[in-house]
Amino acid sequence: MSDVVLRLAEVERVYRAGEGSVWALAGVSLTVRAGELVAVMGPSGSGKSTLLSIAGGLEVPTSGSVEVAGVGLGGLDSTAVAHLRRDRIGYVFQDLNLVTDLTAAENVALPLELGGSSARAARAAAVTALDEVGLPEVAGRFPDQLSGGQQQRVAIARALVGERRLVLADEPTGALDSRTSLAVLQVLRARIDAGAAGVLVTHEARYAGWADRTVFLRDGRLVDATPERDDARRLLTEPS
Amino acid sequence: MQRNAVRWGLLALFVDGPKYGYQLRTELDTRTGGSWAVNVGQIYTTLDRLVRDGFVATAGTDDQGRELYALTEPGRAALADWYLTPVTETERPRNELAIKLAMATQDPSVDITIVVQQQRTESMRQLRDYTDLRRQANEDVDLTWSMFLDYLIFALEGELRWLDHVEGTVLRRRYARPGAASAPAPIPADAAESGRVRR
Repeated sequence: MSDVVLRLAEVERVYRAGEGSVWALAGVSLTVRAGELVAVMGPSGSGKSTLLSIAGGLEVPTSGSVEVAGVGLGGLDSTAVAHLRRDRIGYVFQDLNLVTDLTAAENVALPLELGGSSARAARAAAVTALDEVGLPEVAGRFPDQLSGGQQQRVAIARALVGERRLVLADEPTGALDSRTSLAVLQVLRARIDAGAAGVLVTHEARYAGWADRTVFLRDGRLVDATPERDDARRLLTEPS
Repeated sequence: MQRNAVRWGLLALFVDGPKYGYQLRTELDTRTGGSWAVNVGQIYTTLDRLVRDGFVATAGTDDQGRELYALTEPGRAALADWYLTPVTETERPRNELAIKLAMATQDPSVDITIVVQQQRTESMRQLRDYTDLRRQANEDVDLTWSMFLDYLIFALEGELRWLDHVEGTVLRRRYARPGAASAPAPIPADAAESGRVRR
């Protein structure tokens, strides 16, 4: 279907470990559509981060296929994968990786400039993206002049700038207080509602509640997923 | 529904002015999203008791001829007392989930990880749906409703954390049972079966 943005099919990722092999992912299939946010939960070592790396083309699966915005990653050379990553995929990590010598706007504009946009166009898009995350006033400031929450929102603006179809977030609320975490989730959610697709790795059930579906990973396998949305109010009127 | 909760919940509704009987039901519904599901009969019985105890008194009729009731001074004082007294009697220890899992951990024929996962999926579904409602709720417009949803969200979060804990505890014990291979690494016993480590 055309609105599928991410499709993982029977993805396996095996690491050699001495004499044996460790299955980080042991046959995972997952589809994420435009406008859909999927949360991934599971104990440490269950394969959450590997799943995200493979979805983002940062790691290559041992077997199985990965498709982003209709393009199979398996058929691309590393340069083409790098371009796809830069143009179509946004990452939000716990450690923000903002460039300290660049202003907030320059940080956000960076992926576009690397992609060949003119400095002027990239700057304009960056200002729009900062506006979208509620931080129009910090464009000219450097990362060390921003609070933790502001830095995280700048990182999200960078992940969302341009025509990104897929947003991958690994514990994006990690070190933030609950109020700032909610602000970050609101921004992420708004972008998804505007048509992007997202995968959110989190160990906080409260934040996974913002996703449309939560999938549970255990030992490299998807063991379960919450069902599709129903009428939420029904919950409150069921006899208990 | 605990009788006490209905009694005080109804009394609290009178704080912003006189009400007629059926209005209490509508307001209770609005403020709790219908989750209290108190029937009309129970509303009127409770109202009668509040009148009998002198916490509420009749206060004329509205323009449609409906009998109005209003909070009395003793009622206001009792309500203030209620707010300042901590809640000690709840249904907490008799929660079905607590009983189910406590019993299941003692039954060798039950795979607790499956029980936990089934529940986790369901609790997560509820958490998502309440989060949806909470995102739509506006604190400035309806604080009671927002706080009520927050209560449900925090309770489910606690439930999910407890499920993780139960699962972890049971797996650790299963792994540590006499006769099982002993090794320092905290790999759950089912890991080998599910193919994470193959040699």
